[in-house]
Amino acid sequence: MCHLFTEKTPEIDLKGLSIENISMRFDLKDGKSIQALKDISLEIGEGQIITVLGPSGCGKTTLLNIIAGFLAPTEGQVVLNDQTVLGPGAERGMVFQQGALFEWMNVRSNVAFGPRMKGMPKAEQNEKVQHLLEVVGLHDFEDKAVYELSGGMQQRVALARCLANDPDVILMDEPLGALDALTREKMQGLVLKLWKETGKTIMLITHSVEEAVLLGERLLVLAPRPGRILKEYKLPYAEMGSGMDLREVKKSEGYIETRDEILSIIWEMEEEIMGRVENN
Amino acid sequence: MAILLIYIIVFIIAFYVVHIATKMMTAQKDYTSLKTVTFGDESAVSPNRPASIISVLAIFMIWGAFTGSKLMPFHAPGPFIGETSFTYTAINAEGETDDAEVIVTVYDIQSGKTPSKMKIDPGTGFAKNDTANIVAWRSGLIKVKRNDVGSKEDGYKVIAINGQEISPSSEIFIDDARIYMTAKGTLSFTPEKGWQMQPIWLPSPEAVWSRLVLVASEGYKTFTLVEHLGWSLIRVVVGFLAGALIGIPLGYAMGLSGWFRGWFDPIVEFMRPVPPLALIPLVIIWFGIGEEGKIILLFLASLWIMTISARAGVSGVKISKIHAAYSLGASKRQIMRLVIVPNSLPEIFTGARVSMGVCWGTVVAAELVAAQKGAGMMIINASKFQMTDLVIMGIVLIGVIGYSIDILMRIAENYLVPWKGK
Repeated sequence: MCHLFTEKTPEIDLKGLSIENISMRFDLKDGKSIQALKDISLEIGEGQIITVLGPSGCGKTTLLNIIAGFLAPTEGQVVLNDQTVLGPGAERGMVFQQGALFEWMNVRSNVAFGPRMKGMPKAEQNEKVQHLLEVVGLHDFEDKAVYELSGGMQQRVALARCLANDPDVILMDEPLGALDALTREKMQGLVLKLWKETGKTIMLITHSVEEAVLLGERLLVLAPRPGRILKEYKLPYAEMGSGMDLREVKKSEGYIETRDEILSIIWEMEEEIMGRVENN
Repeated sequence: MAILLIYIIVFIIAFYVVHIATKMMTAQKDYTSLKTVTFGDESAVSPNRPASIISVLAIFMIWGAFTGSKLMPFHAPGPFIGETSFTYTAINAEGETDDAEVIVTVYDIQSGKTPSKMKIDPGTGFAKNDTANIVAWRSGLIKVKRNDVGSKEDGYKVIAINGQEISPSSEIFIDDARIYMTAKGTLSFTPEKGWQMQPIWLPSPEAVWSRLVLVASEGYKTFTLVEHLGWSLIRVVVGFLAGALIGIPLGYAMGLSGWFRGWFDPIVEFMRPVPPLALIPLVIIWFGIGEEGKIILLFLASLWIMTISARAGVSGVKISKIHAAYSLGASKRQIMRLVIVPNSLPEIFTGARVSMGVCWGTVVAAELVAAQKGAGMMIINASKFQMTDLVIMGIVLIGVIGYSIDILMRIAENYLVPWKGK
C-alpha cells in the first residue's frame, strides 16, 4: 500500500459525504419547468466507491455538478465533513471526460496545478508530480505536452492532477467515456487500484453498465423525469477487482446475472423514453 | 488578349511536359501514388513544385518578352525603329502629277536622343522631297505639301502613297507604318507598334530593378526607400498595437461580463463591417493628414478584429476546463491568468494575423490619399509622373512586406501557441 496519502486522521465519523433531500428544478422560458432531480438522499461513507448509472437525461451529471458545487440545488443540501457545500472547492476533486486538461501546460504543470494554487513550494510540487505520475503509470512524462499524449494517457494525467490536490472526494464524470474498449478496461483497473491505494471516496458517473458493476461498491440506478434513485445495489466486484484481473472478475459468480438485470432495467427505461417521444 | 492566350498555351504545354517528364523519371511508390481514387480526395492533392517554379518563370518571361527585356533571348516583335520612306503622288491645280519621297526617322524617346533634322535633296518637279522624325509608339502629322510648289492653290492634293490611292479620311498601310489622311488632306504617320508594351505602361524587369537600385541609393522625394517603407511599417505596428492593447481587454470584458457585452455589442457589431477605407475621409477631416490620423485609422482597423477575436477566445473556453480549475482550488484571478488567457491565445493570434493584413492594406490606401512619406505615397506620387517602373517596384515591395509579415506572424504563432488546432 502507498502511504503518501495518509494525511487523514482516524476520527470517528463526521467524515463522508451526505446528500440530503436534494431537488432540482429548472424554470424554462415558456413558463414550464423541469424537475431534473427529486428528493435524492444519499450517504456515502469515507473511502467508498459508488457508481451512478441511468438513461440519458436522468440527471446524473446534474447531481454530480451539485455535489461539486457548480450548481445550487433548489431544495436540500450537500454536506461534506460536516460542512455544507456552497461552491466548488479543492476538497472535492473532479475528473472529466477528455478535454479538461490545460493544453498550454506540460504534463508536470497540469498535475502540479492544484498544489501550485495552494502555494506549495516548487521542489515539493515536483516530488509530488513525479510520484503521482509513477502511480498512474506515466513515469518520465513530466515534460511532454498534453496534446502529444493519447486519450488514455491524458486521462491518466487527469487522474494524477486530481490526486495531487489530495481531495476528500473524487467526482468522476464519465472519465473513460471517450476511450476505446481496450484502453478503457486498463483504465478501469487503474481507477480501482487508485481507490484501494489512496482510500479516497469516489463517485463515478458512467453510461456503461459493465463499468458501473465492475467499479461500484455501491451502484445507484437513477430513473428520469423526475430524476430519482430507482434502485441501489451493493456489489463485491470492486473489492475483488482491486486485487485481481478485471477479466477474471467478470467470470466470477453472479456477475453476469447482476449486469444483465441492471441492463434490462436501463433498457426498459430507455424504451419508455423512446415511446414517450414517439407518442408525442 | 494575345498575352492571355500565350499564358494559357504556356500553362498547357508545361502541364504536359512536366507530366511526361515525371512519368519517365519516377517509379515512385509512396502512399499517395498507390491510391486509385484521387479525384475528390483532398489529401491526395499536394502542390506540384515544378508547376510553381514554371508559373513564376512564365510570368517573368512573358513580362520580359513583351517589354523587350535584355534578359530575354526572345521577344515579341517590337515597335519599328529606324528609317523608312515612302513616295507620294501629288496633283496640282493644272492637273499635272509629280512624285516625291519622304524619309521618316522613327526613334525611341526613352533613349534620350532626338535625331537631328536631315538635309536632303528636294528633288525635281513641283512636289519636293521631305523628312520627318516620329517617336516610336506614337504618330505624327507629316505636312508633305508644305515645301511643294503651288501647294497653296486650290486643287493641289496628294492622291497616292507608294502608288496606292488615298483620299481624305482614309488610311493605307505601307511597310512599317500606317498612313492616314485627315479630312483636310494632311498625312498622319503611325509607325508599326509591334506587340511590345510601351515602357510607360509596363517597363521591363531590368528597368524596375534599376529603379529599385536607384531609389534605394538616392531615395525618393526627400526620403530614402527604407524611410518610406519603414514609416508605413511603423504606422502599421503602432496602430495594430494600439488596437490590440484596447481591443483584447475589451474582448475579454465582453466575454466575461454581460454588462460589457450588452454595452459594446451594438458598437462592435456595427463598426466591424465598416471597411476601414471608408473611414479615411472622416479621419482626415477630424485629424488631418499627419501621423495622428493614420495611426487612429489603423487603430480602428485592428480594434474591432482584436476585440472580436479576444471575445471568441474567451467564449471558446471549455466549461470543463473552468470547472476543473475551480475544483483544483483556483481563484478567479488565477483562472483568468492560467486558464482563460492562455486558452484564448490561439484565437487572438488568428485575429492578429488578420488584423496585420488589414492594417497593411489600410496604411497603403491611406498613404495613397495623403502622405508625405510611405510606400503608398511613393507609388501614387510616381504614378503622377508616369514613373511606371517605380509604381511596379513599389507594388512588388508592398507585396513582399505583406507576405513577410504574415510569415513572421505564423512563425510566432507556431512558437507561442503550439497547441493550436490540436
